[in-house]
Amino acid sequence: MSSVELQHITKKFRTVTALNDVSFTVKNREFFVLLGPTGAGKTTTLRIIAALLHQDSGSVLFDGESVDDWTPADRDVAFVFQQYSLYPTMTVYDNLAFPLRSPMRKTPGPEIKEKVQRAAEILHIGHLLDRKTANLSGGEMQRVAIGRAIVREPRIFLMDEPLSNLDAKLRESLRVELQHMQKTQGNTTLFVTHDQIEALTMADRIGVLNEGRIVQVGTPNDIYDRPATTFVAQLVGSPRINLFDARVEDSQLWLVGSKISVPCPTDRTMPATVQVGIRPEDIQPDPKGKFSGEVILTEPLGVETILHIRSGEQVLTSLIPGISSMRLHDTVHFNILRDRLHYFDDSGKRIGQ
Amino acid sequence: MSDFYETGPSKPVTESIRVDKVSPKARRMHNIRAIVVVILAILMLIPILVMTQTAFKTRADVVSVPPTIVFKPSLEGFVFLFTERAIAPPGRIKALQEAAETGDLSLFDRVALNSGQEITGLSDYVGRLTNSLIIAGLSTVFAVVLGLFAAYAFSRFPVAGKDDLMFFILSTRMLPAVVVTIPLFIMYRQLGMHDTHIGMILLYTVFNLSLSVWLLKGFIDEIPIEYEEAALVDGYTRMQAFYKIVLPQAITGIAATAVFCLIFAWNEYAFALMLTSDTARTAPPSIATMLGRGGIEWSAIAAGSLGFLIPVAVVVFLLRNYLLRGVTFGAIRQ
Repeated sequence: MSSVELQHITKKFRTVTALNDVSFTVKNREFFVLLGPTGAGKTTTLRIIAALLHQDSGSVLFDGESVDDWTPADRDVAFVFQQYSLYPTMTVYDNLAFPLRSPMRKTPGPEIKEKVQRAAEILHIGHLLDRKTANLSGGEMQRVAIGRAIVREPRIFLMDEPLSNLDAKLRESLRVELQHMQKTQGNTTLFVTHDQIEALTMADRIGVLNEGRIVQVGTPNDIYDRPATTFVAQLVGSPRINLFDARVEDSQLWLVGSKISVPCPTDRTMPATVQVGIRPEDIQPDPKGKFSGEVILTEPLGVETILHIRSGEQVLTSLIPGISSMRLHDTVHFNILRDRLHYFDDSGKRIGQ
Repeated sequence: MSDFYETGPSKPVTESIRVDKVSPKARRMHNIRAIVVVILAILMLIPILVMTQTAFKTRADVVSVPPTIVFKPSLEGFVFLFTERAIAPPGRIKALQEAAETGDLSLFDRVALNSGQEITGLSDYVGRLTNSLIIAGLSTVFAVVLGLFAAYAFSRFPVAGKDDLMFFILSTRMLPAVVVTIPLFIMYRQLGMHDTHIGMILLYTVFNLSLSVWLLKGFIDEIPIEYEEAALVDGYTRMQAFYKIVLPQAITGIAATAVFCLIFAWNEYAFALMLTSDTARTAPPSIATMLGRGGIEWSAIAAGSLGFLIPVAVVVFLLRNYLLRGVTFGAIRQ
């Protein structure tokens, strides 16, 4: 296992800039998730690390050593593709054995057998070894694809949205398995996804990518509690963060179009207009609450309920535990946890800590 | 019936009942289509049948009007095909006839004797057929192998001016072959390649290359590039990935292309007529020239054509499973 470092990677496709000065480090034995919307450059990043693409400028370092001139085979990474890419003419066993049979590695026969068996056992695909890959279900295919990565000890695992083609239930169970595997074996893993839940649940650290730029790198806590921009704030968290324009008047912050105001924080300098972000769970109904509004929609999810509350022209979403007894058009009083508010300037950058 | 919904069928269901769901009308249409196809196939095969019959007819049967359908098969045609003969002098005939009566004469001599001829040697038919096999076979191998590499490069790499190059390759097919035979004839004579195997192999390879590049590019385009990328990451070089991943998947396309190239090279007549005379002469012009030699031996010509048909038929038969997918390429999506 190795650490992988990207230094100022830029990649253009004709006129489109796919990656713009991207730098981050995946530490040894770390589970690093690259999170971003479609077209952010996540897959391009993986392909550059695997040497399937070559960057226009910048360099890739493995354990501090530049690997820019290395071929994909030399870099010794394992790549799990979104489309599985199992070799259709081979059986599951041959698919798993394929990396080991590489002329580069020259693994002896008995060892191949043993390693394939072990990988199949970890992924519960032992009974499929003799099957052709075309006859497998989606979940089975993805397990084989992951198996092909774990039969050898690569320097880093690159996973390109490996769970996105699976149904919700399978995705959840494979997510747990992947995480367990990574923790027990200590593999350096770079996992790409557009799903914030995958990112938050699995990652040691997350890198948020948007339009070819790294917006923020941090632990799931950092990303969730201290989003660097409004983009990150809106990307993670479900339901979405409440984001309002606000004006500073008489050291009070007035949310535009509503009757809600909060005292301006004194520990940082605030411009005249800001954007305020409030996580839904930080809006808490309370009979003695300072603010009030009208319930216009409830979404009971079982464990929790999402309340849509109108105040003035604005609608706030609030997340409360359990099933709520609130009804439509009820008036609801609520509090906002002031110390958990997020402030952003007009360009969307976070103000203060 | 009522508890069916709760307990399911009482006995295991061993046969499909889906047949009932095909409407009688659809089944009737299906049958009509099948009958039409069979009739068409029979119509197509009539010339082959006539040729095969003719090959086994005697001279008298061949020219009889109306044509005989049922006849006593004879190997006369094949004997004439494989031998050179001359009118035998009367004394010689007598000697041969005597030998025939005692049974000392071979089948070949006996047949020749019936038409008042004696065998003077072997004909060049076997040699010509061998030439055809060598030239068509090798040119097909070269055209497919070279075409495969070119097609792979065009499919996978950012070749500068790719579209123009592909069009240029196709444009070599746009000129009728006959137009270039005279210039080629002069070039080949100057280069000393006239009537050589190498010359003909080179010519057919070049001619087939455009077809094979275009066909194979289509097949390789269909194979997702991710497979090779996976192989590259798994520790293989591009060449090894090509060999281990692309080739097994392209095999249907390769087989189809090979058959197309083989049939072209095997059938080719105009070039062979102009550019070969003896050592490298192939079967098509050779069979045609039989028409001109004295009396027309229809049975010999038919026998020659039959022999000429067999190798291609065997190849097509062996590759039939690949061909079905190859020829309907584009119609079936995986």
